[in-house]
Amino acid sequence: MMEFSEIFFKYKDLISIAVYGTAIMLIIIGLYGVLLKKHLVKIAIGLSIMDSGINLLFVAVGYIQNGTAPIFSPGHEGDVAKMVDPVPQALVLTAIVIGFAVTALALSLIIRLYKHHHTANIDQINSLKW
Amino acid sequence: MSMILFLIVMVIIILAAAIYAILQKDLLYAVLATGVISVILSIFFYLLQAPDVAITEAAIGIALTTIIFIITIRNTTRDEDEYTDNHVEKFSKKK
Repeated sequence: MMEFSEIFFKYKDLISIAVYGTAIMLIIIGLYGVLLKKHLVKIAIGLSIMDSGINLLFVAVGYIQNGTAPIFSPGHEGDVAKMVDPVPQALVLTAIVIGFAVTALALSLIIRLYKHHHTANIDQINSLKW
Repeated sequence: MSMILFLIVMVIIILAAAIYAILQKDLLYAVLATGVISVILSIFFYLLQAPDVAITEAAIGIALTTIIFIITIRNTTRDEDEYTDNHVEKFSKKK
């Protein structure tokens, strides 16, 4: 039974550790912006930062130490075991584009809300309160 | 050793840009800080052996996201704490 840190350092190196910490900090900072900010554009910025952190975490999960990019090239067909996992990369490639579409939809709704209420502060948009 | 220094500088820049983007009151500077986040993020994707993801993040995160945020700021307010009570009173009187 190997210890957790031993297994971790066998497959992950320094790049991976720095990226895991960065991704978790980005998710926390984006969550703070989404929950505590009052301006609608600031909430969209926090959503975008949290999206970036989640994408970085996914790519970091598929990384192995001293791996190569998952691309077959002539003369290197036998290096499959050294390649990093291509599945999270394909998922993240899709997630980046979907995140852009979600941000665009949120911003268009923000423009419509501002045109209707003449403010972008969520404390002053209270038409549904009674 | 130089790799360690490079990684530390990158992590500090990306976290400082994220905190600046959340805390800045001027929304235009906050949006430009999210562009800085995307630059460092695409460098991280390249270091993690994902060059296709790095290219996509560079194109979408730096150019397109910044452009749509700037269009939104042009159509709404640039200042986060703008005093809008007058607008609200005018709006409620009109109703």
